Amino acid sequence: MPHATPRIDQTPEGLLVALAGTWRLSESTPRFDAVLGAMQDTRSEATPQAEPTPDHPAARTLGFDSSALLTWDSSLLIFLRQGQTFCDLHSCRFDATGLPAQVSALLALATVVPERAAEPVAPALSAVARFGVAGIATWDSFRDGITFLGETADSLRRLLSGKVRFQWRAFWVVVQSNSSGALPIVTLIALLVGVIIAFLGVVVLEQFGAGYYVSYLVGYGMLREMGALMTGIIIAGRTGAGFAAEIGSMKITEELDAYATLGISTVDHLVLPRVLGLFVMLPLLAVYADVVGIFGGLAVSVALLDLTPTQFFGGMLTAVSLSDALLGVFKATIYGALIGFAGCMHGLRTGSDASAVGRAATSAVVLGITLIIIANAIVDWLAALWHI
Amino acid sequence: MISSASLVPSVPAAPAVEVRHLTMRYDQRIIMQDLSFSIAPGEVFVIMGGSGSGKSTLLRHLIGLKQSPEGSVRIHGDDLGLADAAGRRRILSRIGVLYQAGALWSGLTLAENVALPLKELSDLAPAAIAEIVALKLALVGLQGSADFYPAEISGGMRKRAALARAIALDPDVLFFDEPSSGLDPISASRLDDLILAIAESLGTTIVVVSHDLASIFRIADRTLFLDISTRTMTALGAPAALRDAPPNDEVRRFLTRDSGSRT
Repeated sequence: MPHATPRIDQTPEGLLVALAGTWRLSESTPRFDAVLGAMQDTRSEATPQAEPTPDHPAARTLGFDSSALLTWDSSLLIFLRQGQTFCDLHSCRFDATGLPAQVSALLALATVVPERAAEPVAPALSAVARFGVAGIATWDSFRDGITFLGETADSLRRLLSGKVRFQWRAFWVVVQSNSSGALPIVTLIALLVGVIIAFLGVVVLEQFGAGYYVSYLVGYGMLREMGALMTGIIIAGRTGAGFAAEIGSMKITEELDAYATLGISTVDHLVLPRVLGLFVMLPLLAVYADVVGIFGGLAVSVALLDLTPTQFFGGMLTAVSLSDALLGVFKATIYGALIGFAGCMHGLRTGSDASAVGRAATSAVVLGITLIIIANAIVDWLAALWHI
Repeated sequence: MISSASLVPSVPAAPAVEVRHLTMRYDQRIIMQDLSFSIAPGEVFVIMGGSGSGKSTLLRHLIGLKQSPEGSVRIHGDDLGLADAAGRRRILSRIGVLYQAGALWSGLTLAENVALPLKELSDLAPAAIAEIVALKLALVGLQGSADFYPAEISGGMRKRAALARAIALDPDVLFFDEPSSGLDPISASRLDDLILAIAESLGTTIVVVSHDLASIFRIADRTLFLDISTRTMTALGAPAALRDAPPNDEVRRFLTRDSGSRT
């Protein structure tokens, strides 16, 4: 089929566009300016003074001849709208009578003035103002966080004083999804972290002929720091994000509003069981991670240093005490509460569209991990201060 | 908590819902200004208006999800914005809301959804709650579906289950946000029947946000028109009367489905 071939001719009334051929969006179609330019070029070669300028009589009317037009789609409309723009700029009349009826109907639809004018756009802010706005937003979100922490603490107080019925079902769902379901990933990460610590120890300590002390490093590292920390990071990505997405979706489906209009506290019903669920489960997972990580370290020590398991554990137990293990467990309980808190807070603060749920989940993970690291630093500092 | 005294309106002749000079804003932008109307007890009152006219926002103000510093909303004489926590719970226990998509709690079965308001806001024994739940589900034609989760049933069933939850506490005022949206004509008409049956048999005041003309003419005693161009209410009255003698062109076009185009 012949390709779209418009041609512009000058007539006594103005310009006449002869539309011909097949117009398809999938094939490249001509632009109005280009066709007009081509016509001007040919004319200026013949009679250089006759150019269709705004004042020139040639540009009074833009007419169409569609007798040779075969099939068309939106590409023709785009071309014609470019013609309309040309007419608006050069104050000539756009004469649609020569166009097929459907084409002129569609063009008329596209040119209808909207009933309601768009809201005026706020003026762009200066860099200083933007800095101020960002500062206020940061302060607001910090204050929101403190308020939410207060609400959660108040809810816990009401639970402990028996004024609130505990949502056991939501609690058990958290316990269940953070027990057997989380074990494979915790096993893998903890085992590898134990292996990495042991490798590090072998490389560094062997230089001083102190390879035997690798077991100290593995024991200390896993029990005091890495067991709880790595479990916390895994659960922040796995469960913290899940909390935010779940509660965020409830906001979009108006389930949170349904609580609000019954005067039921979402903190009592949704937040508390989730926070307490992780508060209970994270220490258990951390203890498991400690054991798995120590076995990872043992495997490396046996393989690279020819230590026997008895030597490894014997050495470790002379250096590592129960207080080290308890410190790790204590940290894990704090991490659990912080992850639950961050996930629920971002879930409840979700906006009202689907992408807001994604942002809430991301923010929950970022906040969860940030809080974990900060808490870790504070606890370590206090432990050093009190010689624990 | 429900007490027998609180179920009786303090002044019997007081309007069920009273709005005075309410102006609603989104950020700084005015959505609707200076709305004043009152809804009589037992009335079926429809808030209508075009898409984006602020109908649903007005509903959120009526049920206390949003509060405006300009104007007041009173439910049986009580202002939600001025009430303390206990007062708020008492007022909220007397209203029921049916959200646009039902908003059933997805983690609970239908029976548990209906039971939760009863557990939280009343002192009823578990056996009594179970009986009420069975009754409310039967009223909306969902006996036998009590143990389904919301995701396992159709949209129409979900709305009816949400209605059962909304009437769990025998509220004085029931609010509906676009009840017929997303429903086929038959399901929508069944829901209208249910709304009318509840209004007539329980004497409940019904406030509906809708732009569904068939439903408006069927159920409404009176209707309020929110005009998007003037950003305020421009008509208040029985729908048939407004259609026959429209106070302005916007109302006439809305009630006669006239797009204003030449065709």
